[in-house]
Amino acid sequence: MGATTHAGHHHEVHSDSHHHELGFWQKYIFSTDHKVIGIQYGVMSLLFMLFGFSLMMLMRWSIAYPDTPLPVLGKALQHVFGPDALPNGAMGPDLYNAFGAMHGTIMVFLAIVPLAFAAFGNYVVPLQIGAPDMAFPRVNMASFQCFFLGGVVMFASFFIPGGAAKSGWTSYSPLATLAERGIMFNGQTFWLIGMVLLITSSLLGAVNFIATIIQLRAPGMTWMRLPFFCWAQFITAFILLLAFPPLEAAGVMQLMDNLFGTSFFLPSGLMMGGTTPVPVSGGGSPLLWQHLFWFLAHPEVYVLILPAMGIISEIISNNTRKPLWGYKSLVYSVFAVGFISFIVWAHHMYLTGMGTKISTFFQTTTMIISIPSVIILTCLFISLWGGSIRFNTQMLFALAFLPMFGIGGLTGLPLGFNFSDLHLHDTYYVIAHFHYVVAPGTIFGLFAGIYHWYPKITGRFMNEFWGKVHFWLSLIFMNAVFQPMFLQGMHGMIRRMYNGGATYAAAANQVGLPPEIIDLNRWVSHGAWFLGLAQIPFIINFFWSIRGGKKVTNDNPWDATTLEWDTPTPPPHGNFDKPVAIYRGPYEYSVPGHATDFTMQSMPDKAAKH
Amino acid sequence: MSAAHSHDEIKKHVRIYIVIFFALLIGTGVTVWLNSVHFDSTVLTIAIALLVACIKAFLVAGFFMHLISEKKAIYMMLAVTVFFFAGMMYLTVWSREQLPKGGEYIPTKYVPHPSPIGAY
Amino acid sequence: MEIPYNHEARPDTGLYNAKVGIWLFLASEVMLFGALFSAYILLRVGADPGTWPHGLLNIPIGTFNTAVLITSSVTVVLGWAALQMGNFAAYRKYQAVTILCALGFLGIKSFEYKDKFGHYEVWLKEPVTVKHGQKEVKTDRLLGHIDYNGTHPYFWKTETLAAKKVESFKFAPDPYHYTMSAKEMAHAKRDSAGIEHAEIEIKSSQVKRLSAFVPAHSTFFAIYFTLTALHGLHVLGGALVIAYIWGPGAKLWKTNPVQYTNRVEISGLFWHFVDLVWIFLFPVIYLL
Repeated sequence: MGATTHAGHHHEVHSDSHHHELGFWQKYIFSTDHKVIGIQYGVMSLLFMLFGFSLMMLMRWSIAYPDTPLPVLGKALQHVFGPDALPNGAMGPDLYNAFGAMHGTIMVFLAIVPLAFAAFGNYVVPLQIGAPDMAFPRVNMASFQCFFLGGVVMFASFFIPGGAAKSGWTSYSPLATLAERGIMFNGQTFWLIGMVLLITSSLLGAVNFIATIIQLRAPGMTWMRLPFFCWAQFITAFILLLAFPPLEAAGVMQLMDNLFGTSFFLPSGLMMGGTTPVPVSGGGSPLLWQHLFWFLAHPEVYVLILPAMGIISEIISNNTRKPLWGYKSLVYSVFAVGFISFIVWAHHMYLTGMGTKISTFFQTTTMIISIPSVIILTCLFISLWGGSIRFNTQMLFALAFLPMFGIGGLTGLPLGFNFSDLHLHDTYYVIAHFHYVVAPGTIFGLFAGIYHWYPKITGRFMNEFWGKVHFWLSLIFMNAVFQPMFLQGMHGMIRRMYNGGATYAAAANQVGLPPEIIDLNRWVSHGAWFLGLAQIPFIINFFWSIRGGKKVTNDNPWDATTLEWDTPTPPPHGNFDKPVAIYRGPYEYSVPGHATDFTMQSMPDKAAKH
Repeated sequence: MSAAHSHDEIKKHVRIYIVIFFALLIGTGVTVWLNSVHFDSTVLTIAIALLVACIKAFLVAGFFMHLISEKKAIYMMLAVTVFFFAGMMYLTVWSREQLPKGGEYIPTKYVPHPSPIGAY
Repeated sequence: MEIPYNHEARPDTGLYNAKVGIWLFLASEVMLFGALFSAYILLRVGADPGTWPHGLLNIPIGTFNTAVLITSSVTVVLGWAALQMGNFAAYRKYQAVTILCALGFLGIKSFEYKDKFGHYEVWLKEPVTVKHGQKEVKTDRLLGHIDYNGTHPYFWKTETLAAKKVESFKFAPDPYHYTMSAKEMAHAKRDSAGIEHAEIEIKSSQVKRLSAFVPAHSTFFAIYFTLTALHGLHVLGGALVIAYIWGPGAKLWKTNPVQYTNRVEISGLFWHFVDLVWIFLFPVIYLL
C-alpha cells in the first residue's frame, strides 16, 4: 500500500505521460493497463476452454464405448490419476463424474465468463467509451490475480488425493459434502476455495466496469450513444455484482460443512451406505444450497450470453453497412433481461416438491423473460434486412449465431413450463438446450469477436481462408454433437451417466432406452472429436497470424464507426493520442449526404459531410 | 467535492451526527428492553424487532452515510439491490412452506428397493 | 496518464469515481449478508423441534458491543467532518477512537467465542436427574462445563472421549436447557443465581453425543459463527484500512488533502456498512 502515496505523489509531478519505461514484469505480468489485462484474461481463458473441451472429449469416449480402454491415452491417464480411476485403462465412473463436474465449472467460470466479460470487456469497453483506462486500474490487476489463483486451485484439484470435485458443477449437498468424506482438503474443498477466488475476481471486475461506464465516458458520449456492446457489458456487470455474493455465501457454508462438520445443507437422519448414520448435527436443508446456488446460476447464464450478443451487434452493424435496427428496444430489453433474470431461478428446481403456487410464479417470470430475449434476437435479425452484407469470417459466425441461439432459446420453453419439465428435467434435452445457447451461441460470438478485433490488438489480420474453414467445420459438427441429444432427452435418457445409458439398454423392452437412441452416442462422440479437430486451424491461425498475418494498412481496417478504431494500432498506454469528443451515435453507416458509408463517432459534423 | 461545503454547514451536520448517535444508543436500549417484554405472537415479536432495526439502519444509512442527500444514481441502484435481496429472502422461504408436511425429515429405517432390472 | 474524475465530481453524475465504486461494492455486500440472513431464516424455520438453541448468547455483552460499534460509527463521521473543516488534529483523535472501538469489539467477540468453545452439551443414553432452577427434572440432554482432572477443556466432541481414552469426566450442568421456553429459562437462571452448580460424574459409555458450542453443534451455532465471523472479518479489514490511512497513509494530507479526505470518506462508508450489518445481526441472533 506504500505505492498508493507514491503514485499520488507521482500524479503531482508527471501529469501527462510516463517518462520512464516499465520493466518486463510491470509491463506484462503486473500490468495495470486494461489492454494487457484483457489479453491476459483472454489467453488464460482460451487455454482453459481447450482444457475443458479436452475433458469432454475424454468423457465422450466413455459414453460411446463404456468400459472400453481409452486408446493411446488410457495408459498415460493411469499414470496421472492412478490405475483405480481408470480400471483397465477405461474411464471409471468416479473419474467420469470428476471430469463432468470440472468440465462444467471450467467452461462456465474459467473460460466463457473471463473471455466474454473480462477479456473482451477489459480490452474494448474503455476504448469504445473514449476512456484512457478503467476507473480502478490496480483493482483490475487484483481482479486478474484472483482469477489466476482461482484457476490454479481448480487445476490443482485434479492431482490431489481423491481427485477433483465430482458432484456436478452444481455441487448439490449432501453428495458434495459426503462424496470424499474421509479427506478434509478434497476436490470439493478445492472447488469451493477456487470458487471464492473466482467470485472475488468477478466482483472486483464488475465494480470496475460499472464505475468506468458511468464515470469515464468521453465528452459527448451520452448513454444513448453507447455502442450496444457497452450496454451489454454494463448489464452483465450488474448481474455479476448482485448475483454472485449469494453463491459466495453458500460456498462459505458448504466449506464449513466440509471442514468444520456443520450441517448447513445436511438434513437430519442422513445415512451412509444405508446403515451408518453420518455423525453431524443434522437440521440443515439441501434445498437451501439449491436456492442459493441457482440464485446465482440463473443470472449467470445471462452473463454468458449478453456479452456475445453485444459482440454480434457490433459485427452485424459493421458488416451490413447499416445501423442496428431498434437500438432503443435493444437497450430496454437488455435492462429487462438483466432485471427479470433475478426472479426466475427456481425453474431449475421444479422437481424439488415446491407447491403449485410458487411453481406458477417462477413459470410466469420465466415466460416473461423470454420476451426481451426474443426482442433482442428479432432486432438483430431485422438489422440484416436491406444490408450490404460483407461475408468475412466474423460475419459468418455472427450470422450463424442468430439461428443457433434461436434454437437454444426456443428449446428452453418446454423446460420453462413445469409440466413439461417434469419429463425433461435432468435429461440430455437439457444438455442440448444449454449447449446450443452457449456453444454455437456464445462461443460463436466470441470467435467472431476474436476475428473482428484481432487486427486492432495485433496489427495483423487472421487468415480468412482458414477462418472460414474453422467456421464451416465448427458449425456442422456443433450441430452433429447437440442435435441428437434433443432426441435422446425426449426418450428419457438422463444426464451424468458414465456409460451413456448402457444399463438401460439391457431393459429396452421394459423400462429402458431403445438401442437406436443409445447408438446415437457414437455419432455424437465422433462429432465431438471432429469438432475438436476443427479447432486446430483456429489455434494455428491464432498464433501464426501474430507474426505472419497480413499487416493492416490503416487503423480502421473494417471501416467501423466505434471509437476503438480511432486509436493507433495497437493502442498505446492511455489509448488516445488526442483529446476525445463524441458527436454522433455508434452506428452511422450509410448516412445519406455523408462522404463515406461510415462516419466515426468522433467525427465532427462539418468533417462528415466532405 | 467536499471542500465546497462551508464550515457552518459542516458544523450543522456535526450536530445532527451527535443527535443520531444518541438516538442509536436509545434505539439499542429499546430493542433490548422490548426483548424482555414477551409478546404472545411470534410474528409481532419479529416485526417489532425488525422495525426498530430498520429505523436504526435508516438513521445510519441516511445521515452517517449521507444517503439522504446522495445522488439519485446511488440510491436507485441500492433500491434495486434491496428489491433483489427481499425477493431472494421471500421466495426462498415461500418455496419451503409448500413442501409436503412443512418439509421435516421423518427418519425411517432404510429398506433397499429391489431393482426391476437386477442389481447393477 | 490521469484517470478523470478520480477526485473531482463528474458534472452529470455529481460523483467521483471511488464513491461510485464503494457504493457498488456495498451493494454486493448487502447481497452477501442478505444470503446469510436468508439462510438463517430458512434454517430456523426448518429446524427439527427442540434443536434450535436460544437464550445461550450473553445479551449484556452483545448490547455493549453494539454500543461500541455505534460509537465507532459516529467517531468516523465526526473525523471526516473535522477533515472537511481542515482540522487534522481533531480527525486524528476521532479516528483513533474508531480504531480502539474496533479492536475492543473484536476483543469482546473473541472472549464470547472462547466462552462458547468451552461450554458443552451432552446427550446421554439414559436420563439423569438435575435441577432446572428450583425444580428437579429427569433429562437426557445437559448443558454445562466439563472438569477433567482439574482442567476445563475446549473443543471436545464425541470422538475425543475415545481418542483421549477418557473413562469418565466431571460435569457441572447448567440449571436450564434451551428446550425450555424463553420465560422458563429466564426464571430458571434467576432462581439459581448464586447457587453453586453441583457436579455430576458422567461415564463415557453413557454418552450418546458430546459437543461444545461450536459450529458443528447445531445449525444455530453454525449460522451464528459464520455470520459473526464474516462480520468480524469485515470489522478487521475495515479497521486495518482506517488504521493505514490514519497512520502510514497520513502523509497524503499534506500533498493532496482532497484525495486524503475522499479516502477517509470512502473507508468511513465501508465502516458504516459494517455497523449496519451489526444493527440487524444483534437483534436477530441475540434477541429473537
